[in-house]
Amino acid sequence: VADFEIPQLKEYPIIPKIHEGVMAHSKPFVAKAEFQEQLGFPGELIDNWQQVAIEKMGELSGKYRSLQVFLDACVKCGACTDKCHYYLGTSDPKNMPVARQDLYRKVYRRYYTFAGKYFPKLVGATDLTREVLDDWYSYFHQCSQCRRCSVFCPYGIDTAEISMAAREVMDAVGVGQKYCNEIIGKVYKIGNNLGLPEPALADTLEGLEEDIEEDTGVAVKLPLDQKGADVLLITPSADFFAEPHVDGLMGYAKVFHEAGISWTLSSYASEAANFGMFIGSYENMRKLSLRIREAALELGAKRIIFGECGHAWRVAYSFLNTLAGPFDFLDPNYPVPQHILEFTYDLIQRGAITLDKSANDDMVLTFHDSCNVARASRMGPMPGGQFVIPREVIKASCNHFYDMPQDTIHDATFCCGGGGGLLTDDLMELRVKGALPRMEALKYVVENYGVTHMAAICAICKSQFSKVLPYYGFRMDSIVSVHQLVSNAIVLGSKQ
Amino acid sequence: MPFWTIVYALLFYAATALLVGGLAYRIRKYAKTPAPLKIPTTPAPVTQHGVVLRMFREVAFFESLFRSNKWIWIFGYLFHFGLFLVLARHLRYFTNPVWFWVDLIQPFGKYAAFFMAAGLLGLWARRFLVDRVRYISVLSDHLMLALLVAIAMTGMSMDYLSHTDIVSLKAFFLGLMYFDWQPLPEDPLLLVHLALVATLMIIFPISKLLHAPGVFFSPTRNQIDNPRAEPGLRPHDSRHIAPWAAELDKTT
Repeated sequence: VADFEIPQLKEYPIIPKIHEGVMAHSKPFVAKAEFQEQLGFPGELIDNWQQVAIEKMGELSGKYRSLQVFLDACVKCGACTDKCHYYLGTSDPKNMPVARQDLYRKVYRRYYTFAGKYFPKLVGATDLTREVLDDWYSYFHQCSQCRRCSVFCPYGIDTAEISMAAREVMDAVGVGQKYCNEIIGKVYKIGNNLGLPEPALADTLEGLEEDIEEDTGVAVKLPLDQKGADVLLITPSADFFAEPHVDGLMGYAKVFHEAGISWTLSSYASEAANFGMFIGSYENMRKLSLRIREAALELGAKRIIFGECGHAWRVAYSFLNTLAGPFDFLDPNYPVPQHILEFTYDLIQRGAITLDKSANDDMVLTFHDSCNVARASRMGPMPGGQFVIPREVIKASCNHFYDMPQDTIHDATFCCGGGGGLLTDDLMELRVKGALPRMEALKYVVENYGVTHMAAICAICKSQFSKVLPYYGFRMDSIVSVHQLVSNAIVLGSKQ
Repeated sequence: MPFWTIVYALLFYAATALLVGGLAYRIRKYAKTPAPLKIPTTPAPVTQHGVVLRMFREVAFFESLFRSNKWIWIFGYLFHFGLFLVLARHLRYFTNPVWFWVDLIQPFGKYAAFFMAAGLLGLWARRFLVDRVRYISVLSDHLMLALLVAIAMTGMSMDYLSHTDIVSLKAFFLGLMYFDWQPLPEDPLLLVHLALVATLMIIFPISKLLHAPGVFFSPTRNQIDNPRAEPGLRPHDSRHIAPWAAELDKTT
């Protein structure tokens, strides 16, 4: 039972009237000193925090053109005001993208622009006070960095860039978020977000091998730290045990098995997700990425393939080469990195694997485009391949597929409500309310096409929906992995 | 030289210097600030040619805004396209002989002022009528619209209500350009119109009007989608990296 009001699913999406301050109480737990210091941040709010924060803001506008241009260019046209799932789900005006940006912009204006220095009231500039900092902590942790606003902004202003900057400023003065910063610390210490050490990981993979063999009679391997394997698979650690993630992992294993390509996981780089992005920290993002490079070198892999994970795929596809490249030691015939769906799709195209669609006849499927895959990456050589390839793989694996309404898919997709470092129980109200637009779209296809399951390609989406679907009256297990469908449908041994 | 001529001559020299200097300073800043990461909003073009087309559609048709909100698009487009024609028409006061194409658009330019004003009033109305837009509007947002509406109104008044001496006006501006000052007609409407225009020029580089140069530097719109090593798009020994980020590689 929730201690907040669960939004009603309406027949048609309605843009709510604004209700000021209704989400001001929503704040994630603050990181403890030990976790802050691990990442090179002050343990708690420092004495001269205002001065340090203002200097940090100046430093960041000098390092990121995006931030500098986005702070200057907004004309307050209002085009973004009804585009954020958190606004649509909460009706708090500070969850409108422009208003969220303005929390940062009004301080930037006060200290870094002529108008804000001399005519602060005129342009809505304010000093950086404790109240402003509290507002930042609250509302910059109500942005999942999904970039939907940037699609609709006439100048492409991306609120994600601003919330990343704000989180970096807050970390620099000692106010970090527990969930993200603890997790980053775990990767440095152990190798993955879950803190799953090598022996436990090896054990888990062995268990999965047994499961597959019991289920299919075929000895499909899930190798760990195998030197000389062609493919290094980097997948979110949730794939090792969470539902429905793990069914996807078994799907990857079966696909590699059928393709006859040697592959391995790495215990050192056993995490695809890179939470360094959520906190806007280039340095942490880079350090996390370098683990993947080191693992690839150590194991002598020829290719790097990423499992199903949205933000991970953004960092992998868009940033990995910048952060940890160049990858001139890998096979130049393949992109670095590749997505597991690109790999599977290619095999399907070439007829190298056989899929029995009827294996998924108990499901009527729809597909949730994960925000960071949709708007911050690509699959295949064509722009928009990130929409086509997952759907083609799903359609090759099942007989019944229907898309959700046009304005909720592809690059207009809605975030699941738990992305960008918000997938934590201390933000449950936000997560439930933020899922509203996706739930309304799902309801539409459930009622009109009898859809029973929604497939996703992101560890966060899968965890978030498992948790949030029941609040809206859907079954918890109606969220599935795309490679779970492949896993069900693939005919093992057909090509031997 | 008459008093007002001297005042306005100096005002326009100053306004032009601030506009050009201020914009040059901002543009230089945007150009010199690195974009350390590839962040185009995807799907994005994978070639330079494609990026030029994307930017053209954005600037010429307000493509993203069209997808976003039809009302803002209609009003915004009326205003900007109207302004473009009006500005082009005004070139006749700065060129002698008047360029061929400026003559050609003269009739359109005259009516464009109505579209411009209609667009502005529509945008302004939204700041009062739509609760979300009302929430994000501050005083300067209203004043900016007031300024532009006043410029349009005084301009249209001289066209349709009380004609000003445009022959002398043209002599004044050509005189400014060639440093051979000529007297400015002392028509109150004209003086107000010109003072407002000079104000707009002065605040341009220190206000949200920076969206005009800013859009060209927006990384989500102007970057090529080729971040990863990929056959045909980026060789495996190449990477997109900012100078400050490359420094990090040297220390570890």
